Amino acid sequence: MGGMSFAADPHAGIAAVTQAGSTEQLLLTLLLVLPIVGFTLTVVLGRRLSRPWIIAVPTIIVVWAIATYLSVQALIGDAFHGGAIQTTIYEWIPAGAFSVSFDLFFDNLTAVMLLVVTTIGMLVHVYSIGYMAHDPGKWRFFAYLNLFMFSMLLLVLAANFLLVFAAWELVGLSSYLLIGFWYHKRSAALANKKAFLVNRVGDIGFALGIMAIWTTIGTLDFVQVFDLLPAQLAGGHIEQWMMVGICLLLFCGAMGKSAQFPLHVWLPDAMEGPTPVSALIHAATMVNAGVYLVARSSPLFATAPEALILVAAVGIFTAIFAASIAFTQKDIKRVLAYSTLSQLGYMFAALGVGAWTAAIFHLATHGIFKGLLFLGSGSVIHGVHEEQDMDKMGALRRKMPITHWTMLIGSLAIAGIPPLAGFFSKDEVLGEAFKLGFQWVWLIGVVVALMTAFYMFRLMGKTFYGESHVDPHVEPHVHESPPTMTVPLIILAVLSVVAGAYLGLPLGDSTIHHWLAPVFHPALETMGVHAEPYQLFGIDGALILVSVAVATIGMVAAWRMFGFFRIHDRLDTVRALTARVPTLYQGSFHKWYFDELNDLLFVRIGGRVADAFAWFDVHIIDGAVNGVATLTRRAGDEVRQSQTGRVQNYALGIAGGLILIAVILLLVGTR
Amino acid sequence: MSQSLDAYLLLACGLFAIGTFGFLARRNAIAMLMSVEIMLNAVNLAIVAFGMFIPALAGAGQVIALFVMAVAAAEATVGLAIVIAIYRNRRTPLVDEYASMRE
Repeated sequence: MGGMSFAADPHAGIAAVTQAGSTEQLLLTLLLVLPIVGFTLTVVLGRRLSRPWIIAVPTIIVVWAIATYLSVQALIGDAFHGGAIQTTIYEWIPAGAFSVSFDLFFDNLTAVMLLVVTTIGMLVHVYSIGYMAHDPGKWRFFAYLNLFMFSMLLLVLAANFLLVFAAWELVGLSSYLLIGFWYHKRSAALANKKAFLVNRVGDIGFALGIMAIWTTIGTLDFVQVFDLLPAQLAGGHIEQWMMVGICLLLFCGAMGKSAQFPLHVWLPDAMEGPTPVSALIHAATMVNAGVYLVARSSPLFATAPEALILVAAVGIFTAIFAASIAFTQKDIKRVLAYSTLSQLGYMFAALGVGAWTAAIFHLATHGIFKGLLFLGSGSVIHGVHEEQDMDKMGALRRKMPITHWTMLIGSLAIAGIPPLAGFFSKDEVLGEAFKLGFQWVWLIGVVVALMTAFYMFRLMGKTFYGESHVDPHVEPHVHESPPTMTVPLIILAVLSVVAGAYLGLPLGDSTIHHWLAPVFHPALETMGVHAEPYQLFGIDGALILVSVAVATIGMVAAWRMFGFFRIHDRLDTVRALTARVPTLYQGSFHKWYFDELNDLLFVRIGGRVADAFAWFDVHIIDGAVNGVATLTRRAGDEVRQSQTGRVQNYALGIAGGLILIAVILLLVGTR
Repeated sequence: MSQSLDAYLLLACGLFAIGTFGFLARRNAIAMLMSVEIMLNAVNLAIVAFGMFIPALAGAGQVIALFVMAVAAAEATVGLAIVIAIYRNRRTPLVDEYASMRE
């Protein structure tokens, strides 16, 4: 929240890019080499190891240590003076004028992303030791997790659009493999196919956007693109509508990966994967790739305000749309999945209004508390023996105290109760939206905040409070999870409490603003956004009060309805309420019929169209080719009858022909 | 030796016609080969005649005729070899019995 105080930052200005020193180069390379080596070794040896995680998990712990060292150097030690370092590993595609290098790029935005990705990645790896303990295919799981870490690190470290695209596809691949980890389950196999196909739709846009950047600006390197763009725009070499087109195409890719409306349909189904995967890939890291891409391309988007308005609109619409679905879902992971969609919508809304830092801030805090909530839900699912339906849970707080307390902290954080992490970042998003003149975004955002608080405490109530609806056979065996699972929960809970305050204070001149000011300075300058003084006892304070108030209202409403600290739940009240608005309830419960709509549009109607094309291909295209062949063969059969096989008949033909030619020559020649 | 080119050409034409007729009418493969030889010699005669009567050719006709003879000899060799091979196979020299090329 608050004014952009980068003006006070001594390093504000165009971030300088320097070549990485040998130490940094080594460390950056290690960040990529270690996970891919871990992946390879686990694939080769994992099946024979008694503890298949023995390679994968320590690898990621080392990666986390390196990433933290580098990030702390950059952010707190200010080792690169707010600028960026770049290093070339090798020239990837040398093709004349088109040359793409395998370059790594490290600036403050990368540092923040690295912290989020490796911290949550490391905790999820540790958690998976416990969660996957009884799975026979766990070596495969850890191998895939390492592959994912490699891909994700490449994504945030890549220094040009094409390399990002390659990493983009790699994270898509690892996501596909992990959603379908239990591939013998039909629903999992269908879910990963769905994720893959929906992502293809977005990727087409991204790929076209990259091509458009190449043909207009003439390079794909981030630094060069951002350097060349202003002059080319000013010189009329690039027209403004082209920038709008490029940004919309890039945003199309971001929509696919970050599951924004209408490409959101794959994310809830992706919950078929093991819960640590949902926490790592489908809540805290990979789905943020779209936000990262737009933030990284901020100098491009800043030149295309029309595209930014669309980003904001899609984002805030997804936020309210997904929140409305989260109200009625029964599967604990699906509630969290829709909540993720909704929070990603917040981030895009922040990007769209030009609150770049707020978006990344929310990305970081959301990664922490949503990772926590997912891991907590995994602990619950583990405890009640693979049951995900919240109607078959309840009153678990005494049996799973650590899970309960950590998830409560996570829920308070996402609801935006001060002083937890979500309060600072969500408030920053909403406050910036209001102050930058997007009051409609703010208004919808406040409604979403209310809804968020409600559905999160509905989840808590149905799971941990009220009466127990656990299967009586399972009930006596319900237990708290092992320490490998609870320790990551506790660490994430602590982070959920302190991260927001650490990054978001002091209000209006926060740490994260200082960190990210050099990265977003050019974009803000292009957009003409100026820092306003922060008014705690003015507009900013009022906005804080509003969002805290609505969060409290939502929380208390759910509190009363879903049996918080009550022995009996108030299911009658809930039923009476839903019976009053059956259309809304059914609509929300059936996810506003989006799967049905897609089924109708793409499976039924699209299937018919495809059938028509298949018919055209088989009968017209193939028919034409085969027809020519058949005609030739038939003609040959017919003409063959005239052949006698006698050499003198042929000789007579030759002689006759010669005479004919001679006669013609004589006739023509004598003319 | 006649001083008229036409006379030589007429003779060559006659020989060629006889050869052609023989090639088309005789059923015996050996006789057909002999007819081919007659046609080749008719052509040779025409070439030599042209060589003598057209100064521009400057005697080159004779060289061409020698080439034709050499080629004709080779052709006769190959032709006879084929005829003998077919004869061994089919036990007949009559070409209208060789109708298997039809299929």
